[in-house]
Amino acid sequence: MATLVAPVQHSHIEDAKALYKACKGWGTDEKAVISILGHRTAAQRQQIRLAYQNLYQEDLVKRLESELSGAFEKAVYRWILEPADRDAVLANVAIKKACPDYHVIIEIACVHSPEELLAVRRAYQLSYKLSLEEDVAAHTTGDLRKLLVALVSVLRYDGPEINARLAKSEADILEDAIKNKAFNHEEVIRILTTRSKAQLMATFNRYRDDCGTSITKIIRNAIKGAGTDEDALTRVIVTRAEKDLKVIKEVYYKRNSVTLEQAVAKDTSGDYNAFLLTLLGKAD
Amino acid sequence: MAEIEALIKAFSGHGVDEKTVISILGNSQPEHRQAFRKEGGFFAEDERRFERWNDHHVKLLKHEFMRFKNAVVLWAMHPWERDARLIKEALKKGPNSNSVIVEIASTRSSDELLGARKAYHSLFEHSIEEDVASHIHGKEKKLLVALVSAYRYEGPKVKEDVAKSEAKALISAVKNAEKQNPIENDEVVRILSTRSKPHLKSVFKHYKEIAGQHFEDELDVHLILQAAVQCLITPQSYFSRVLDEAMRDGADKNTKKGLTRVLVTRADVDIRAISDDYRNHYAIPLADKIEAKAKGSYKEFLLTLMARGS
Repeated sequence: MATLVAPVQHSHIEDAKALYKACKGWGTDEKAVISILGHRTAAQRQQIRLAYQNLYQEDLVKRLESELSGAFEKAVYRWILEPADRDAVLANVAIKKACPDYHVIIEIACVHSPEELLAVRRAYQLSYKLSLEEDVAAHTTGDLRKLLVALVSVLRYDGPEINARLAKSEADILEDAIKNKAFNHEEVIRILTTRSKAQLMATFNRYRDDCGTSITKIIRNAIKGAGTDEDALTRVIVTRAEKDLKVIKEVYYKRNSVTLEQAVAKDTSGDYNAFLLTLLGKAD
Repeated sequence: MAEIEALIKAFSGHGVDEKTVISILGNSQPEHRQAFRKEGGFFAEDERRFERWNDHHVKLLKHEFMRFKNAVVLWAMHPWERDARLIKEALKKGPNSNSVIVEIASTRSSDELLGARKAYHSLFEHSIEEDVASHIHGKEKKLLVALVSAYRYEGPKVKEDVAKSEAKALISAVKNAEKQNPIENDEVVRILSTRSKPHLKSVFKHYKEIAGQHFEDELDVHLILQAAVQCLITPQSYFSRVLDEAMRDGADKNTKKGLTRVLVTRADVDIRAISDDYRNHYAIPLADKIEAKAKGSYKEFLLTLMARGS
């Protein structure tokens, strides 16, 4: 469930005017920016962008980029783009880092539905004149490249059908690979990067039934933790606020015994802090 | 007998000359048919003293009669369903049909290939990459999975310095061919399966300038790799070669299917360019070759596809 609190009725023209007022002159009224944008759905935000363009012949995104700064600016920029454009930007940023941020690529590739991932790939081509897989491939090597390129290229079958026999045989393959600590095993990559999500769930369940432990536990222990950095916090909250951030909040609390809001309050400050809390559903 | 010869001719080639079969066989008396059975070569003397249809020949005849029907069904199909079914068929037929998978993945536009992938979901409840990855084994697998997964950028923008350095990577892979088959080389796979077609054209141009040889000419022993390169950059000459091989005498069942596949899949795209390439290469117009080698309704259908709108 979403955490975003947005009014059903709004005037995008009034919003555009209010944002213009907030950015006009010296300094910016960040609170106004947060109180408007932090309470609008994706569709509403695009309408506001359009209205702003029509009224002032300027891209609202560019205006905000120049008015805001730091983590707050990054968060608002991510928030105001259309989801596919946003993820294309996130992917590009992750790839271009000196040490590519592979968690982000994996996240984008795996969390989305096949159609959503396709939209991200199209947006990436439009913005960067390259395909996503081209860029990922050119900036990675070896087994990581194999995994990431396959993850972003796949168009998984999205039906519910499951083949139980296949689930067993592929669970066995995973078990063998894990016993031999061969995570880069070609068959592991094949299974993880081509099977449908339904089939993968069946395979992981079979694995858990046969081996007693969940495969995600094993993978988590084998991969270094992502750590909570600013970028990750922004990314997760901004991309999930309209989807399932409520569920994520609950899981977060169960695992860490502090609420996500408390964690945000502890690690962030100022306008950035206020913006994230607004997206988390905090009343003004 | 001249008529028996004419009848045999009506049954050999691509498709069946229905008119001849009707006029000769349809008009025949029992003794004519017996002569045909004794001399045709399609029958064998059974131990119980009758001339019996050779099972193998009946199968061949079935294929020839079906050629027209298959062409019609394939032609009427949505291109996405068509490509999805062609890939599925190629997977079923085994490694000798891997070139068909390369052909479809590499000659279609990004959106056409995407459409085929979606149609494959509907038809077969799996993704193409899933089936290719689990059914194909051996050296060609990496490249094939990568090719069917591609969603290439289609703009004209090319970074020449990147193209140049990628040409060098290809040169190095070819030099190293003794130690590692280039088709399994990660850089070769990456470049061929992710880069845009204009970019690849530039890569191969730099290859020729630096190495003195065309990249594709260095791949004589790596046929699938060579096919991929040709399909990506010079599809018309690739298709005209497939057509020629299909119409060669003694071509096997699968190779013969290339005639239908190319005509049907390219009739709306670039059959004229393919036709021009064919005439330049083989010194005979494609339509004339089809006239000579194909028969009956099948022949009429193919020639009609080619002549549309002209």
